[in-house]
Amino acid sequence: MNDGILEFINVGKEYSGHAVLKGINMDVRPGEIHALIGENGAGKSTLMNILFGMPVIHETGGFTGEVRVGGQNAKIMNPHDAMEQGIGMVHQEFMLIPGFSITENIKINREITRETLMSKFFGQRMELLDHKKMAGDARKALDIMGMDIEEYTKVEGLPVGHMQFVEIAREIDKTGIRFLVFDEPTAVLTESETEHLLDAIRKLAAQGIGIIFISHRLDEIIRVSDRVTILRDGEWVATEETKNITAAEIARLMVGRALTLDRTEGSRQISGEEILRVENLRVNMPGEEVKGVDLSVRKGEILGIGGLAGQGKLGIANGLMGMYPVKGKVTFKGEPLDVANNSETLKKGIAFLSEDRKGVGLLLSSPIDLNIAFSAMEVHGKFIKKVGPLSLTDRKEIRENAEKMAKELDIRCTSVAQNAGALSGGNQQKVCVGRALCLDPDLLLVSEPTRGIDIGAKKLILDLLKSLAEERGMTIVMTSSELAELRSICDRVLIICEGKVAGELSPTDSDEVYGLMMSGVSKEEAMKASGAVQGDSLQKGGAVNG
Amino acid sequence: MGKKIGNAINRIGIPTFAVGALLLVLLIAAGALGQSIPTLISDILKRIGMNGVLVLAMLPAIKSGVGPNFALPIGIEGGLMAMIICMQFDFEGWGLIGAATLLCILFCSILGFLYGKLMNAVKGAEMTIATYSGFSMCAFFNILWLAIPFSNRKMGWMLGNGLRETIDMKKFGAKNIISDFLAFKIGKVTIPVGMILTLALLCFITWLFFQTKTGMAIYAGGQNPRFAEASGLNINRNRIIANVFSTILAGLGIILYSQGYGYTQLYNGPMNMAFPAVAAVLVGGATASKASIPNVLIGVCLFQGLMTTGMPVMNQIFTGTDLSDIMRIIIQNGVILYALTKVKSGGDR
Ligand SMILES: Nc1ncnc2c1ncn2[C@@H]1O[C@H](COP(=O)(O)OP(=O)(O)OP(=O)(O)O)[C@@H](O)[C@H]1O
Ligand SMILES: [Mg+2]
Repeated sequence: MNDGILEFINVGKEYSGHAVLKGINMDVRPGEIHALIGENGAGKSTLMNILFGMPVIHETGGFTGEVRVGGQNAKIMNPHDAMEQGIGMVHQEFMLIPGFSITENIKINREITRETLMSKFFGQRMELLDHKKMAGDARKALDIMGMDIEEYTKVEGLPVGHMQFVEIAREIDKTGIRFLVFDEPTAVLTESETEHLLDAIRKLAAQGIGIIFISHRLDEIIRVSDRVTILRDGEWVATEETKNITAAEIARLMVGRALTLDRTEGSRQISGEEILRVENLRVNMPGEEVKGVDLSVRKGEILGIGGLAGQGKLGIANGLMGMYPVKGKVTFKGEPLDVANNSETLKKGIAFLSEDRKGVGLLLSSPIDLNIAFSAMEVHGKFIKKVGPLSLTDRKEIRENAEKMAKELDIRCTSVAQNAGALSGGNQQKVCVGRALCLDPDLLLVSEPTRGIDIGAKKLILDLLKSLAEERGMTIVMTSSELAELRSICDRVLIICEGKVAGELSPTDSDEVYGLMMSGVSKEEAMKASGAVQGDSLQKGGAVNG
Repeated sequence: MGKKIGNAINRIGIPTFAVGALLLVLLIAAGALGQSIPTLISDILKRIGMNGVLVLAMLPAIKSGVGPNFALPIGIEGGLMAMIICMQFDFEGWGLIGAATLLCILFCSILGFLYGKLMNAVKGAEMTIATYSGFSMCAFFNILWLAIPFSNRKMGWMLGNGLRETIDMKKFGAKNIISDFLAFKIGKVTIPVGMILTLALLCFITWLFFQTKTGMAIYAGGQNPRFAEASGLNINRNRIIANVFSTILAGLGIILYSQGYGYTQLYNGPMNMAFPAVAAVLVGGATASKASIPNVLIGVCLFQGLMTTGMPVMNQIFTGTDLSDIMRIIIQNGVILYALTKVKSGGDR
């Protein structure tokens, strides 16, 4: 029976003559968790945008084929139609209103109202908002997620991880939901947060809600899903029962080759010379507050910064770049650095790859090539040609540079003149990486560099970071929520807890030690608990490859 | 098929398409009613030349993220003051235009700087505050026109002190001086080459400016302030530069306008000049956060085309009544209102 089944029948989509989806057939049963996977730009988000009736689809000529719910053509022309059909979506890129509180964002358009005298005469529009009840509902949804932030906090300035939870809470809160789409919900979450989320997803599925789950993390897919569908370049490749397939097989079907993220010891030249010294750094970044961090980075090393979301690990790089109010003493290459003045910071050779690519990382309605060249142009005067007294931008050089970057970083686009907003999420991230590289910095601060990037491209970017350190002697400070990522290229990893450095670990320490330290256990105890040979790891400290 | 047309309209933009279609209908109607099409076209060309720079003034403001320059009267008053001072000292003809241009750049830089500071202080509410600061500036200059002891008899009232409401540019040998420069006729259509060249030159300068490093920085700050900040740019400074630029264009725009019109209009003349200019750029396909030179040019052609064609057609349909002028006001304000409803505020965040 196709009772309450959601089906895609021969769905196709073109963006200005360029086919991004070709004859996709797929179905989702009630109560099932159906994973959708594919490389960056494979068309996952596009397929979901079709399901949700997003305006981008219908403004660009609509799609071919049918979406059926319960065997009938659902004719979804806008998000409202989708909601009527009981379809909810947690978007890859956040769709929250910054100036509103968490409750307001969760309840937007579905406000709970109270009757008033006026409303008796003038109808529902005159009813008062029932803030108490709304806050209660919001609280409930947040609790399902295990999120202990106050529901009346403004969304503006929340760390991305939290925004993701708010977005999910909004969907969970909807009544009459039959299908729920998660477009890379875990990309911005740490491992323990991911656990919460996967639990919540299982609970929802148990209630009979059909779930489409998009992720680049294979292990999650294996753990949580019932079936998995694989897309490659807009084409359907396979749909399998998850229990009959392994992560390696999925990866092979996705990219056509096998991939792993193993640590390979490189040949880095780490001198004893200190390139950056940070003393008592305090950063007032909402939700990621830094409360007095000291650290020292040596020239040529890759330093990892890990920790749970909300503990302040993201605040460090943001603070060093003056993105939020900041205090503390910073010394770069032996000279004091005024971090509040980021134009000076950039000029002196520090570059920053933000974790917030939509908000900080991109000019969405400008071409890719300009996005890549922009910072280098403004900071170092690159890509500029002098014509008389004028410094004009050199379009040709900008274009050529972008083409080179696109090849190096494997940015999948039809042309570098496309707007950055037309790229898939992962490819947008690569554009941000490209821009940071153009600055040719001595010290590169990267936050969540592989967020939303498929496993093939992830390896590419991590390898690139490694080769920058090895061949160019670039110093890198990488902040990441993904342990595997930190451990695969870093020389040492600082764990941040409650806004302070909890301790330093070696990439070879066990998962258990990492987990314990992130949850606030001291290093000695963590080591003891995990039964590791304490002395060995302590001695190695930061000098694994030194 | 229907879908294709729909897509095409979407690409051009609905306001642009609607106004374009209306203009076409009016032109056909004018022809059918026996109006002289060449005269009509000459008029349209002239009005495009007169208004083009005022519309161009919207560009830097929109690109910098401040939004359409509703405070256009500020720059206009600066330009008027420059002209009046030069007239007081009996500059005439090209001398008057040249001297007024230089003085205008000076005045408008100062006014634009102060206005830019104001806009930085009221981020998020720029449009409303801009409109009212334009109005207030008009009131302030009304006092100046009366209070400053200008003594040139060509500008005063027959009796009493203060400046006249409209000052005849003919008396200073500057009426149509730019419009008629190099002007020639094709058949019965007059091409006002001087004005078109001036507009083209200023468009080129504006375009060039946005190709420079500073221009690019201003644009990025307008599109995504946090992005610009992360690239180490001083957004407030850039917004001020853009406002100075916009204000100077407004001042130059009124000089060009006045010589074509034949009169400098003081007092409440500048008050309502912002809306048609804003409407024109929006009709041309700009939004509150995105605009280009083609938007400016298409917009001014469509909007002025509509105004110029609309009037004689209305006159003929409603001969002998007051209705024609009422219709003109309805059309003009209708288009403005329509365009303003299409303002999408905010950038792409
Ligand atoms: N608005 C748009 N205009 C033009 N092309 C687009 C647009 N949105 C997406 N595309 C193109 O469609 C293709 C599929 O993109 P989509 O966002 O669906 O990929 P994805 O599978 O979600 O990738 P990712 O894992 O990176 O999020 C890409 O090649 C992208 O460049
Ligand atoms: Mg996607």
